[in-house]
Amino acid sequence: MRCLARLGTLCRLNPFRRTVRNPEPVIPNDIKITPQLVAEHGLKPDEYQRFLHLIGREPTITELGIVSAMWNEHCSYKSSKIHLKTLPTKAPWVIQGPGENAGVIDIGDGIAIVFKMESHNHPSYIEPYQGATTGVGGILRDVFTMGARPIAVLDALRFGDPDHPKTRHLVSGVVAGIGGYGNSFGVPNVGGATGFHTRYDGNILVNAMAVGIARADEIFYAKATGVGKAIVYLGSKTGRDGIHGATMASAEFDDRSEEKRPTVQVGDPFAEKLLLEACLEIMAAGHVDAIQDMGAAGLTCSAVEMGAKGDLGVELDLDKVPCREEGMSAYEMMLSESQERMLMVIKPGHEDAAEAIFKKWGLDFAVIGHTTDTLRFVIKHQGEVMADLPIKELGDEAPEYDRPWIETAPQQRIAAESVTPPCGNAEALKKLIGSPDLSSKRWIYEQYDTLILGNSVVTPGGDAGVIRIEEGPKGLAMTADVTPRYCEADPFEGGKQAVAEAWRNLTAVGATPLAITDNLNFGNPEKPEVMGQFVGAVRGIGEACKALDFPVVSGNVSLYNETNGISILPTPTIGGVGVLADVTKHATIAFKAAGEAILLIGETQGWLGQSAYLATVCGREEGAPPPVDLAIERRNGDFVRGLITAGRVTACHDLSDGGLAVALTEMAMAKGIGAAIEALPAGPAHAALFGEDQARYLVTVPAAQAEAVIGEAKAAGVPALAIGRTGGASLALPGEPALALAELRKIHEDWLPSYMAGKTA
Amino acid sequence: MKAAVITFPGSNRDGDVAQALRQAGATVVHSWHGDTELPKGTDLVVLPGGFSYGDYLRTGAIAGRAHIMDATRAHAARGGYVLGICNGFQIACEAGLLPGILVRNADLKFVCKRQHLKVERNDTPYTRAYAKGQTIDVCIAHGEGNYIADTETLARLEGEGLVAFRYADAEGRVTPEANPNGSLNNIAGIYSPGFNVLGLMPHPENLIDSLVGGTDGRGLFESLVGAKRAA
Repeated sequence: MRCLARLGTLCRLNPFRRTVRNPEPVIPNDIKITPQLVAEHGLKPDEYQRFLHLIGREPTITELGIVSAMWNEHCSYKSSKIHLKTLPTKAPWVIQGPGENAGVIDIGDGIAIVFKMESHNHPSYIEPYQGATTGVGGILRDVFTMGARPIAVLDALRFGDPDHPKTRHLVSGVVAGIGGYGNSFGVPNVGGATGFHTRYDGNILVNAMAVGIARADEIFYAKATGVGKAIVYLGSKTGRDGIHGATMASAEFDDRSEEKRPTVQVGDPFAEKLLLEACLEIMAAGHVDAIQDMGAAGLTCSAVEMGAKGDLGVELDLDKVPCREEGMSAYEMMLSESQERMLMVIKPGHEDAAEAIFKKWGLDFAVIGHTTDTLRFVIKHQGEVMADLPIKELGDEAPEYDRPWIETAPQQRIAAESVTPPCGNAEALKKLIGSPDLSSKRWIYEQYDTLILGNSVVTPGGDAGVIRIEEGPKGLAMTADVTPRYCEADPFEGGKQAVAEAWRNLTAVGATPLAITDNLNFGNPEKPEVMGQFVGAVRGIGEACKALDFPVVSGNVSLYNETNGISILPTPTIGGVGVLADVTKHATIAFKAAGEAILLIGETQGWLGQSAYLATVCGREEGAPPPVDLAIERRNGDFVRGLITAGRVTACHDLSDGGLAVALTEMAMAKGIGAAIEALPAGPAHAALFGEDQARYLVTVPAAQAEAVIGEAKAAGVPALAIGRTGGASLALPGEPALALAELRKIHEDWLPSYMAGKTA
Repeated sequence: MKAAVITFPGSNRDGDVAQALRQAGATVVHSWHGDTELPKGTDLVVLPGGFSYGDYLRTGAIAGRAHIMDATRAHAARGGYVLGICNGFQIACEAGLLPGILVRNADLKFVCKRQHLKVERNDTPYTRAYAKGQTIDVCIAHGEGNYIADTETLARLEGEGLVAFRYADAEGRVTPEANPNGSLNNIAGIYSPGFNVLGLMPHPENLIDSLVGGTDGRGLFESLVGAKRAA
C-alpha cells in the first residue's frame, strides 16, 4: 500500500501531456505497467492477461486503476458469483432482486420496501469510527438512490475476545461511529446483534442494514437510457480519501495492515442528509432518468454500471469534477472513494431545474459527461484521453472462478446425557446472561437514536424491530442475525439456521416474513476449506429460503476476513424483513401481567452441541449444531403468528442462544414480572433448560385460555407444553432457589458497561 | 394556532414536531432557514431537533445566525411563541433567545432513551395541560444536552421560576442518578422571562401515540394550541 501511495504522488507529478483529437486505439502511456505494478493493483497475472487480451494493448495507469477497481473481489464477486446464482430470488412480492443498489419488495397499498445489508469490515478494524460511519452512510445511500426514504437501520457486529487488547477500543469506536452517522442523518436504529469471539481478534465485522420506503411505481434504477444525455455529479467534492478501498477489502490482513489507514474514507452525515433531501426532491420533481451512488470504487464503478446496464457508452470530462484538493490526477479521481456523492443522468431539458434544487441544499452539481452510442468508457482530463475501455466487458468479462473447495467435516452429535453440568442450573443461568454474547447490549443501543421519526413500535432488545408504516395500519419488522459457531461446525446447517432464525425473529413479533438480504462474511476463498464453508452456507441459506418462501433480494459478500492465516468464523449475517397487516397486533417479549400461563411451543430434545451453555458454562465449543427441520419451522411459526395476529398471546419470544432458561429470563426482566416454572420438557434438566433445539417459542396467554391454545396446537400438530405461571419478582426454576429479578437484571446489565469502563476483562 | 417549523440544513425532527402539532390541532407551515420573514400570521416558531450544519462547530452556533433567526427574535420580542427542541434549544441559546448553553454530555456519549421529567409549573402556555409537579415520561436523544450557565444566571432562572422541566426518576424525584447528561440542577428545559420562549432537550414530539411508547408528550402541544385559543 505504501507503493500505491507513492504511485499517487507520481501520478500527480507527471500529469499526462498529450493532445488527443480522436481517441486512438493505442493511448501512449508515461508509466510503464510492470508486473509489480499489476500485482500492487491486486490483479493476478492471468487476470492481467485477460485484460490485455480484451483491450489489445498495454493499458494506461488510469486504465489499470479502473480495471483493478472493477475486477477486485469486492466489486466483481468473482469467487462467489457462481454460488450466489443458486439462491432463490423471486416471489410474487419481489419487485427487484439482487443486482441493483438494494432489493425491493411490494408490501401492498402501493408501498415498496427497499433494503440491503453491507459490510464495512476491513476499514472498521483499521479506523473504527470512520469505518463504521461510512458503512452506515454507504448503505443508506444504496437505499435512497432507489428513491426510498430510509426509515430504519440495523447493525450486526462481531468483535474479538474481550481480553484482546484492541477489542475495547474497537467496540467504542464502531458504536460511536454507527451512532454518529445514523443519529445525525436522522434514522432510527431498530435492532441488530453483537457478539464476541477470539476468531474476530484480527478481523471484526461491521454489517449495517438500511431499510427505506418508496412508492412501488416510483423506484429509480442505475440503467441509463438514450444517447447524448447529461451525466451529472452531485454531492460532496472528490478528495484523495479511500483510494483503493475496495482493493483493500479484497485482501487479507497482516501485521502491517494499520498502514492502510489512508485508504479508509471519512464520513459526513450532514452532507448525506442534504444529499438525501436533494435527491428525493429532484426525483419527485421528475428530473431523473437514472441514478447511481458512488460507493466502492467511486466514479469508476458508478459510471460503468450506468452505461453498461443501459447498453450505452459513457464519456467523462474529469476537469468538471468538483475536487476538494488541487492537482488530482485522473487515476486518483477515478479511484477516490470520497463519500456522499451521486451520479445521475438527468432528463434532457431538466438540467436547470435540477441544479436549482441542489444549489438550494448547498451541494455541488456539475455536468461531467454524457452518454454515447460507442459502448466505450472514455475518460478525458486536461484535454487528453486517459482511458478508453469497452464498457460492457469491464463488468461482464470480469474473471469468474469456480474455486476448489472441500466440504467441512461433520461433527459428532453430543448426547445431553454425556454433558456433565459443571454447576447448578441457577448458577449456569447467571453465567450465561452475564456473558459477553448474551449480556444486555443497552450500552450500545442507547448510543443510537431509536425513536426519531416517531414510528418505532418495538425498539432494540426484542426479537425484531417494528416500525409503523406511515400512519398505519401496516407495520414492518426487521432483524439481523446469525449464529457463527453453528456455521463453523456445519456451514450448511448453520446457513439454514441463520435464515430460520431471522424468519423466527420476525414471526415472534407477529410479522409475516417476506424477504432477506444476506451479508456473507468469510475468510480467504483461495483456501479450499474456507471456500467449502462459503459453499455450504450458501447451500443452506438457499434451502431455507426456498422452504420458507423467503427470497434473497440483495446482499453483499465480504471475503478475505483473515489475518496472518487465521480466518473469522463463517458469518453469513441474514437481514430479514416482514410485514404486519395491523401493527397494533404485534407481540413483545415482556411478561405483561401476573398469573398468566407460560406455554412452550415446539419440541425440546435438549440439544447441547454448539450451545451457548456448552461454550460459556462448560468451556467447550464442540459437536454438531442443532439441525433445522424447515417444515417444522414453518408449521410452528405459522401457528405462533396466527395466535399473535388474532390477539391471543400477551407476550412472545423465540428461543435461541441459551435456550429456554435465557428466553424466560429475558421475558421476566423486560418489565420486572417474574415466573414460577413447574414443568420442564423431558430429559436432563440442564439440557431442557439450555438446549438450543430449533423452531421453538415461548408465549404467554391468560390462564383461562391455556387449555384451548394447547388443544389448537395439538390439532395443528404443534407440540405445546404449559410450563408455569407469570408473577412475583423472581424467577423460580424447578429444583433451584428462586432468583431475584433485581439480581438477574444487574448481572445482565452490568457486563458491557463494566467492560467498557475497563473494570472487567 | 399557526406554527412555522423552520428547517435548517441538518434538521431531522422537523417532520416529527410537525406531526405532533397537527395532531394537537395546529396549522403547520414549513419555513426555510434562508428566508428573511416568517409566514404571515405565524403564532409559534418551532426550532426543531437535528444536527444543524452537522454540529461541526458548536451545536446551534451557525443556525443561530441564520437569516430566519432575525425574524424569529423579532417575533419573540413581540411576545410571540418560540419553541426550541433539542438542537432547537441549542439554537435558541446561541441566538440569544435563552440564557446559558448546552455542552457535551458528562459521559461524552450520545444518549437516546426514555426519560422522566418533572413539570415545574403548569401556569405557562406550554404546560397548562399538565399538573404542577407532574412526572411525565418522554425521551431524550442528544450528545450535547448538558445545560450550563453562570451562577448569576442560574440563580435568576431558579428565582424567577423559569425552569420548565427537570430530569427526574419515575417517581418524580430529582436526583443525580436521574440526570442523564450532567445538566446543572437537572435542568431539561427553560423559559424566557415572558414564558413565550421555551427551550428543552427532551423530545415530547416523539411521545404522542400509545402505540409508539406513550402519549405524555401530547400535553405540551395541546397546551400551546389551547393557549392560542384562550388568547
